[in-house]
Amino acid sequence: MGLLKKFKSPVLIAFVFIGLAIWMPSTATRSSLVTLDYFKEMALIIPPVFILMGLMEIWIPKDKIQKWLGSESGMKGVVISFALGTLPTGPLYVAFPMTASLLRKGASITNMVIFLGSWAALKIPQLMVEIKFLGIVFTSLRFILTFIALVLVGTLMEFILRRKPDQEWLDNIIDER
Amino acid sequence: MATIITIYGLLGICLVASLIKSREKTKKAFKIAGKALFKTAPSLLTVLGIVGLTLGILTPETISSLVGAEAGFTATILAAVIGAITLIPSLVAFPLAGSLLRSGATVMTISAFITTLVMVGVVTAPMEIKALGNKFTLLRNSLGFIAALTIAGIMGALL
Repeated sequence: MGLLKKFKSPVLIAFVFIGLAIWMPSTATRSSLVTLDYFKEMALIIPPVFILMGLMEIWIPKDKIQKWLGSESGMKGVVISFALGTLPTGPLYVAFPMTASLLRKGASITNMVIFLGSWAALKIPQLMVEIKFLGIVFTSLRFILTFIALVLVGTLMEFILRRKPDQEWLDNIIDER
Repeated sequence: MATIITIYGLLGICLVASLIKSREKTKKAFKIAGKALFKTAPSLLTVLGIVGLTLGILTPETISSLVGAEAGFTATILAAVIGAITLIPSLVAFPLAGSLLRSGATVMTISAFITTLVMVGVVTAPMEIKALGNKFTLLRNSLGFIAALTIAGIMGALL
């Protein structure tokens, strides 16, 4: 029963697919093909990413992460987070568990928002495609504005979450230890 | 392809280094990885399904007919909402945005679509909540949405 409860949302989604297959078969086919495509990608990317995370969890000491990415890391932390995010490392959902383990190790919220944001919005391969279709002016302006926005959003989130931390999430982390 | 090479290359190097240093600890890392993967699996599957559903319903043709039809304020908001909800691969999104721009959509509308697309992720929210908590996810996405609209406004005014 516990397993069923854990997989309640995927099961719900499966029912939506079945409903769609009955009433809108062509949409259902398209959706299934997209899902299959993404599944292949995930099957290839997720296992190595999780193993890397496990290795990081074991080998990289907490004080190093704190020094590089913690709240005292200043400009250096911002630059490292930004640089790590822009590397060609795959879709955003890969970054969530990675960010969680960096936060547990002492990275600051500001830096992690910048990391996630650069990962999603400022990825190098993605910028190449953007320049090709929307031009260099559009792309550079969006790049600069997005970077400023990420620093602001990160700082604001750090401020809010420090005053009122997410207790539920913190309790969950302690559970996992 | 570059992604796959980067990730597996990195994994290879780290794995060899780890095995040389300690087999025990490497085994422990695998255990952590397995446990984390099992925990994430349900939200992973959910996200997969939702991505498929949204992209199956909102095809590039549907999006252009929704956004390209009018060039007003409504089109910009609609573009922002579509961008915020969907997860469209950049190889599909940027050509689409380029063709919409040529067919008469405003720069503001196109910027709103692109910025919300990359800064806000409604379909990936189940995974984000699982990994980073409700509050973090809600704050990051809502502030990201406001920031995206602001950026679109500035870009529309400047370009």
